[in-house]
Amino acid sequence: MTTAPAQAGWRFRQPSVIPGFGLTLGFSLAYLTLIILIPLSGLLWRSAALGWPEFWAIATDRRTINALRISFGTAFVAAAVNVVFGTLVAWVLVRYRFPGRRIVDAMVDLPFALPTAVAGIALTTLYAPNGWIGKLLMPLGIKVAYTPLGIVIALIFIGLPFVVRTVQPIMEEIDKEVEEAAATLGANRFQIITRILFPGLAPAIVTGFALAFARGVGEYGSVIFIAGNLPYKSEIAPLLIVIRLEEYNYPAATAIAAIMLALSFIMLLVVNLAQSWSRKRYG
Amino acid sequence: MEVRVANVRKEFDRFPALHDVSLDIKSGELIALLGPSGSGKTTLLRLIAGLERPTRGNIFFGDEDASHKSIQDRNVGFVFQHYALFRHMTVADNIGFGLKVRHGPSRPPAQEIRRRASELLDLVQLSGLEKRYPAQLSGGQRQRVALARAMAIEPKVLLLDEPFGALDAQVRRELRRWLREIHDATGHTTVFVTHDQEEALELADRVVVMSQGRIEQVGTADDIYDTPNSPFVYGFIGESSSLPVKVENGEIWLADRPIGLAAPNEPSGDATLYFRPHDVELLDGCSGCIAGTVAASRRVAGTRRVELEIGGERQRVEIELPVDHPAAQKSRVAFRPGRWKLFPAA
Repeated sequence: MTTAPAQAGWRFRQPSVIPGFGLTLGFSLAYLTLIILIPLSGLLWRSAALGWPEFWAIATDRRTINALRISFGTAFVAAAVNVVFGTLVAWVLVRYRFPGRRIVDAMVDLPFALPTAVAGIALTTLYAPNGWIGKLLMPLGIKVAYTPLGIVIALIFIGLPFVVRTVQPIMEEIDKEVEEAAATLGANRFQIITRILFPGLAPAIVTGFALAFARGVGEYGSVIFIAGNLPYKSEIAPLLIVIRLEEYNYPAATAIAAIMLALSFIMLLVVNLAQSWSRKRYG
Repeated sequence: MEVRVANVRKEFDRFPALHDVSLDIKSGELIALLGPSGSGKTTLLRLIAGLERPTRGNIFFGDEDASHKSIQDRNVGFVFQHYALFRHMTVADNIGFGLKVRHGPSRPPAQEIRRRASELLDLVQLSGLEKRYPAQLSGGQRQRVALARAMAIEPKVLLLDEPFGALDAQVRRELRRWLREIHDATGHTTVFVTHDQEEALELADRVVVMSQGRIEQVGTADDIYDTPNSPFVYGFIGESSSLPVKVENGEIWLADRPIGLAAPNEPSGDATLYFRPHDVELLDGCSGCIAGTVAASRRVAGTRRVELEIGGERQRVEIELPVDHPAAQKSRVAFRPGRWKLFPAA
C-alpha cells in the first residue's frame, strides 16, 4: 500500500477550532478591496487611458523625475535620521527613569496628532531666514527653509513617532539577563550594545524606518510650507500631482501617482522581505 | 579557584537581602545554595558573579579581593535559569562570543574559536548543532549551550542560577547527572542555586542551606539530613514532625508523662522535639512513648502516612506506617522516634 501523495499547491492554513475564519477572512477581503484596492486600481485605470508613449513622456519629464527624486530622497534621509535619533529617544524612555519622563513620552506622539500644515507653518517660521533658528544658521551659509533641507526637517518631524513607537515596545522586552550574560562573558558596554542589543532591535528598526519612509514619501501638508516649491529644486511629487490636477491634466496627475505607487510598493516589498528573512532566522 | 565570601551584607533600597554572610568554597568543589524563595541564595550568587555589589564585606577569588572588580574582569561563567542565549546568533557563535569580544593578544584567532566551540559542543553532547539558532533547540539543549558558552571563557568559577528550574522533571534528572559528570571531568569550582532539595543533596559536594538572608548550615548531604543544626533546616530538608515537649531532669516529657527518651545534656525547660516521620519505632503498649489517635491517613508510594492527634491539646504529628499496619481511623497508635533532636522552644 502506498499513501496518497500529499496534495500540492496552495491550501488554506488549517484554522483553529474557534469558528469565524470564513466570516473574518471574507470581511477583511471585502474591506481591503473597498478601501484600498478599488481606489488604487481606479488610479491605474485612469493612467492607462494615457497610452504608453505619452505615459513615458510624462514619466521621463525632467520636472517629474526631479520631483520624484526629491520626494524619495528627502524621505529616505529623514527616515535614516529618525532611525538614529528615534532609537535614541526610545532608549532613553525605556531605560531611564527621570522626572518628566511621561511628558516626554507623550510629546513623542504630538506629530501624529498635530495637523501637518500647522507643523509646516511652525517649522517655516523657525527656519525662515529671519526666523529664530534660520537667523542663526544664515551666517553659517546654511539655508533651511525653501530648500530640500527644509523638506528633510519637516519629514523628520513627521516621521519621528513611527520609529519611536515601533522600537520602544521591542526594547522594553529585552531581557536584562541577556545583557548580564554578555557582561559575564567579558563584553564591555559598547560590545553589548552593538553585538547583542542592536541586532535584536534591527527588525523593529527596519519596520520603523519603513513606516517613517512611507509616511515621508506621501507627506504633503507640512512640506509645501517649508519647501518653497521651486520646480526642479524643492518641488515634491505629491505637490506636482496637485499642480497637474489644478491644470485639469488628470492623466498626467494619475501617471505620476502611478509611478509613486509602483516605487513605494517595491520599496515596502523589499523591506518586508528583509523582515521575513530576519524573522525566519531569529525566530 | 577558591572563593571566599567574607562578612558580606547586601541591601536593596535599605531592605537587607543578606546579613553578614561568610562562606568558604574550596577549589574544584561543587556547592549548592539551597533555600526557599527570598532566602538570598540568588543574591549571594550574583554577588559572587559581580552582577551585584556588596553593601559591606568582601569577596575573594583565591587571595585576590574581587569585590570591586567589574563583572567583565572577574572571569566567571554564569548560567541563567532562562538560558539568556543570544537569539540572533548560531549555537557556535553563542559559545564563541566570550572569546570573540576579547581584545588584543588574548583573543584567539577565528579558526581556534570555532574549534573550541565544537569541542565544547562535544562535551555537552550537542555535536553537529553548530549552525542552529537557539529558537530551534529544546529547553534542555538550550541550557547545555548556555553551559558550554559559560565554560568557553575558561572561568575561574562556574555559577548556575536555578539551571534546571525551567525544565521538566525528566530532563532535569538527566541534566543533573550530566552536570555532575561534566564537573568531575573539568574540575571547575561550581556554585549552583536551587530550591529543590533533592537536586541539592544529590548533586552537590556540600550544601549551603539559606533562610532569610542568612546561612543556616553548611555541610555534606549526610550532615544536613542527619544532623540539622536548626529547626529551619530540620523542617526544610526532608520530612519532619515536631512536638512541643518539656525537659526535666534529663528526661523528655510530653504534657504530664515521660516519653521514654533521655536527654541528659539538655537544660530543663520547654523545648521542641523534631524527628523524621519514617524514623519511628512502633510500640504495642505505652509506658514511655508517644501515643495518639489517627486523624487522617494517606497512602504515599510504598508507605502509609498517618496524622496523629496527641494528648489533650490534640497536637498533630505525622508518622509513617507500613502499608499493612492495621491502624485505621480513630484507632490508637503508639510510637517512639528513632533519631530525634531537641531545640529550645521558640
